[in-house]
Amino acid sequence: MKMIHSLFLINCSGDIFLEKHWKSVVSQSVCDYFFEAQEKAVDVENVPPVISTPHHYLISIYRDKIFFVSVIQTEVPPLFVIEFLHRVADTFQDYFGECSETAIKDNVVIVYELLEEMLDNGFPLATESNILKELIKPPTILRSVVNSITGSSNVGDTLPTGQLSNIPWRRAGVKYTNNEAYFDVIEEIDAIIDKSGSTVFAEIQGVIDSCIKLSGMPDLSLSFMNPRLLDDVSFHPCIRFKRWESERVLSFIPPDGNFRLISYRVSSQNLVAIPVYVKHLISFKENSSSGRFDVTIGPKQNMGKTVEGVVMTVHMPKAVLNMNLTATQGSYTFDPVTKVLTWDVGKITPQKLPNLKGIVNLQSGAPKPEENPSLNIQFKIQQLAISGLKVNRLDMYGEKYKPFKGVKYITKAGKFQVRT
Amino acid sequence: MTVGKDVSALFPDVVNCMQTDNLELKKLVYLYLMNYAKSQPDMAIMAVNTFVKDCEDPNPLIRALAVRTMGCIRVDKITEYLCEPLRKCLKDEDPYVRKTAAVCVAKLHDINAQLVEDQGFLDTLKDLISDSNPMVVANAVAALSEIAESHPSSNLLDLNPQSINKLLTALNECTEWGQIFILDCLANYMPKDDREAQSICERVTPRLSHANSAVVLSAVKVLMKFMEMLSKDLDYYGTLLKKLAPPLVTLLSAEPELQYVALRNINLIVQKRPEILKHEMKVFFVKYNDPIYVKLEKLDIMIRLASQANIAQVLAELKEYATEVDVDFVRKAVRAIGRCAIKVEQSAERCVSTLLDLIQTKVNYVVQEAIVVIKDIFRKYPNKYESVIATLCENLDSLDEPEARAAMIWIVGEYAERIDNADELLESFLEGFHDESTQVQLQLLTAIVKLFLKKPTETQELVQQVLSLATQDSDNPDLRDRGYIYWRLLSTDPVAAKEVVLAEKPLISEETDLIEPTLLDELICYIGTLASVYHKPPSAFVEGSRGVVHKSLPPRTGSSESAESPEAAPSAGQAAEQPAVIPAQGDLLGDLLNLDLGPPVSGPPLAASSVQMGAVDLLGGGLDSLMGDESEGLRSDVGGSPAVWLPAMKAKGLEISGTFSRQVDSISMDLVLTNKALQVMSDFAIQFNRNSFGLAPAAPLQVHAPLAPNQSVEISLPLNTVGSVMKMDPLNNLQVAVKNNIDVFYFSTLYPLHILFVEDGKMERQMFLATWKDIPNENEAQFQIKDCSLNADAVSSKLQGSNIFTIAKRNVEGQDMLYQSLKLTNGIWVLAELRIQPSNPSFTLSLKCRAPEVSQYVYQAYDAILKN
Repeated sequence: MKMIHSLFLINCSGDIFLEKHWKSVVSQSVCDYFFEAQEKAVDVENVPPVISTPHHYLISIYRDKIFFVSVIQTEVPPLFVIEFLHRVADTFQDYFGECSETAIKDNVVIVYELLEEMLDNGFPLATESNILKELIKPPTILRSVVNSITGSSNVGDTLPTGQLSNIPWRRAGVKYTNNEAYFDVIEEIDAIIDKSGSTVFAEIQGVIDSCIKLSGMPDLSLSFMNPRLLDDVSFHPCIRFKRWESERVLSFIPPDGNFRLISYRVSSQNLVAIPVYVKHLISFKENSSSGRFDVTIGPKQNMGKTVEGVVMTVHMPKAVLNMNLTATQGSYTFDPVTKVLTWDVGKITPQKLPNLKGIVNLQSGAPKPEENPSLNIQFKIQQLAISGLKVNRLDMYGEKYKPFKGVKYITKAGKFQVRT
Repeated sequence: MTVGKDVSALFPDVVNCMQTDNLELKKLVYLYLMNYAKSQPDMAIMAVNTFVKDCEDPNPLIRALAVRTMGCIRVDKITEYLCEPLRKCLKDEDPYVRKTAAVCVAKLHDINAQLVEDQGFLDTLKDLISDSNPMVVANAVAALSEIAESHPSSNLLDLNPQSINKLLTALNECTEWGQIFILDCLANYMPKDDREAQSICERVTPRLSHANSAVVLSAVKVLMKFMEMLSKDLDYYGTLLKKLAPPLVTLLSAEPELQYVALRNINLIVQKRPEILKHEMKVFFVKYNDPIYVKLEKLDIMIRLASQANIAQVLAELKEYATEVDVDFVRKAVRAIGRCAIKVEQSAERCVSTLLDLIQTKVNYVVQEAIVVIKDIFRKYPNKYESVIATLCENLDSLDEPEARAAMIWIVGEYAERIDNADELLESFLEGFHDESTQVQLQLLTAIVKLFLKKPTETQELVQQVLSLATQDSDNPDLRDRGYIYWRLLSTDPVAAKEVVLAEKPLISEETDLIEPTLLDELICYIGTLASVYHKPPSAFVEGSRGVVHKSLPPRTGSSESAESPEAAPSAGQAAEQPAVIPAQGDLLGDLLNLDLGPPVSGPPLAASSVQMGAVDLLGGGLDSLMGDESEGLRSDVGGSPAVWLPAMKAKGLEISGTFSRQVDSISMDLVLTNKALQVMSDFAIQFNRNSFGLAPAAPLQVHAPLAPNQSVEISLPLNTVGSVMKMDPLNNLQVAVKNNIDVFYFSTLYPLHILFVEDGKMERQMFLATWKDIPNENEAQFQIKDCSLNADAVSSKLQGSNIFTIAKRNVEGQDMLYQSLKLTNGIWVLAELRIQPSNPSFTLSLKCRAPEVSQYVYQAYDAILKN
């Protein structure tokens, strides 16, 4: 079970810009198998996550234009590795504000200290950001100035208090002057709409992201108006499962700062409201090297709220040369290399529906494209959880002060696709 | 260092920085040491003192860091100094240090296993399973699992209901990674009855709601495995099934890499228990921007879930996919439509019309795939859809892939009587006969012969042309042979030819790509691992398969069986362990031993190899009769019946089977050499590799005359035990090389240990008593010999024939106790106590020996002798 032997970070142009070995050194040449697979896959997103080589297995994830490639030597649970790699990327994001090649290179010492702290002999050690931050302080401009003057370091020299308690996610001695607890209920609609406008598949992926800045050891209970909606839920480890089972109340001692409290799925069995509709006509004429394109987006089942931030992206067929379109609202771009059409619509006003219409020019002599492109729609609706989920109340025990509480709802399009 | 540059030259300077109080600098120095200590072991020794000092630092963080780093330095000299600090850290008052030390034991074991055992660290590690801190428990479990992997036979993780209870308690409180270790460990446990299985399941189900997908999948593994023990009428069984669906579906909303692994596992789960996800078809619908590896997996699962209830939806989706951009995906979608037709009979008609629509698109690869699947549909529903043949024939010219061409040719040949211009169509293919791939050539040959048998008058010329092309102008033996067979059939008996070639074909089965049930059961035990991604058992791909133990699902214990389940559980455990002996010797031997020959005899070494009776057929009746008369009659001794050691296919036609026997003071290896090749064999010679007891041929292998094809010869090769000695695993493994004029061949075999029992193995009574007391109790091993109906005297005389001597017999409370001794050729004494109860067919055998590793093999010998 020697989990992760080595880790290579590779950028999109195929340079290995960081390597870390937890046991013996594995030669960089092992990555050749990865490059081979990458070449075969053409598109970076299509590189298979598990690759076997004569002596090793390569398990990789693709995040923020970086491949995290781990080298494995024996039978391991691949999900374990993939989850861990995502956790590493999350930690970089958390520490440096972005998980990019430059950020990693600029902070290479911290990156190393983090990797060393996160994994020991292949066993994950400390992966909670609260604990890591006590062991290794995140870089700030002020601190690096102070450090260089005073010669002090950004490595904590005491054992993190949370590390071994029954609540490893929270550090002790948290103090705030303003005590606040915010919850964002964010729901994403994944849907496939067919040509005729009827829903082939739709479900809601929801999360409650929290930002908790409370002093001491607060014990919170969050209850819902309609908890029955939540029948498929994944919890942050802090939540007491028994309370949820018996009373449908989320009871927990929260980690300090930002974290994801729960994620949930409202399945396709329940009826999912679709807040927009799309009228479309995309056709290519036989032997004329041109086609028509006409798309209108309108609101539907939006519970009286405004649909905003609407963006449509379309991967046009390869034979498309360029597009001559007019948008009644917003602006559009067409990238002739990647063949991606992007239409930034903005807000939908029901009085005047946004429309994009015009001519598609094909390469002369190319056969009429067989496939019609799918339309990918993004949108946002503020102050609405489309599933109808509503927070009832938040209570705090264990501390005397009165916290400021806030709940925000937002609905977004997830993988929302309209077939044409 | 971080970008692959070698900076080992700075070693002395870096070591000087080690004694700093600055923790950040210390960490970096440690990091450097881990990387370069191996290349400069002498310099690394300088660091030892600081390490030992740091291990006693008042700050637990530094103590843990030091012990952690030392474990990563793979230099022997340093490891010696590691033991004392490690022992202290394992008992440290701070749990953070203890949990780090637990992992360190695993590291040390990897460097020097013997040292870890000698120092007793394994026992300390086992004690840590009962630690008060859940994190320590989790790490101890992880370390033990890792060590156990390289020691499959050791009983390190000896789980019992008490320790399981501790693990389940720790499960609720430790970190997500610890939960994975504990769940994977639980999955190896065999509950004693369905009630225990249910109670474990109940305590594991909350893990299904964990945010970490690896925890979820490990929990699914435990549940899928233990569910096997629950009765299907139980309410709880239904509840559990319902609880499994949502977490599996949720995994599909995660990142694409996670989705991929989840889908590969779901593929196994829907094959084992389709009822779990039968209502969740829609979540497997493909989004156009899913990565290709996710798309293909989703498609696979959609077909597995397709049923009469949802087929309309599925077909509409598949049709949609068939117009996508990605060629691989489109092809698979078209194939999927065909598979739906075969799987759901009611939908066949709709599928065929969908396929016809797709053929109308004239997209080349779509047409070709469609034709391939339509061929299969014809084979499933004959005489139903032949009306579409005309449409297919229109596309003949556009086919350029061998599989599609072969499929089309098959269709034309099969339905030649309904296609007016079948001869013209086939003739057009014949023009470029030599440029076609073998698949197409074979198909064309068959199709034309079919055509000839159906329309003999006008196609005589064509058939002659194809036969001469196949037999005279081709280099491919398959094609040539098939050509000759047809030719002879047609020329000797056309009626018979018709019966053979135009015989009614069996309908093809529904799903051809299902995983074979026993493999599926094994893979279910490996949910969440690499094995589940590759759909192969780990032994098939993990390097150094020595560490691999085959896993099997627990047997279902219904309420009626619960009375005998305590009996059943250990024996099932045994069955699961035993095959480990075989794969341990590498693939070659594993294959050899599974080819057990003849009727179900329990030859001593082979009894352990979980004999597959199916394999007998492979060798045909010929061998049976060849060996049959010899196997029982000749040998009064218990050598077991001869087994094929080297099959002909592995040795260019030379087949070797044989057995071992012992007759007064001499051991012999009785071989049967059979020549199954077409040429004469001569110049035989034999050699043994070094082995545990120094077995070696006492005389050269003498085959007097060259061995003609299809001839066999029996040879008795005398052996002695003065050869060079090397401990083998298993102990009674013998590797043999046989040479002849063609080549040198290698095989290995297991010999029964009783050929090594010498004639002067009778110990003095007093001596026996003293020795028995003298040998420590740890060396005592106990075994059960089952189903033996002999009485004490018969047992005694039977064993005496094999040089196991009874020294005393006692009757205690109605049981007969036999005290016996035997001596091996290398002078090792084995003392035995055999307890026989008159009414009980199971004997209890206690063995004491100064070299306890032989006990197991002595037991096998006992078992074999008594059952012969």
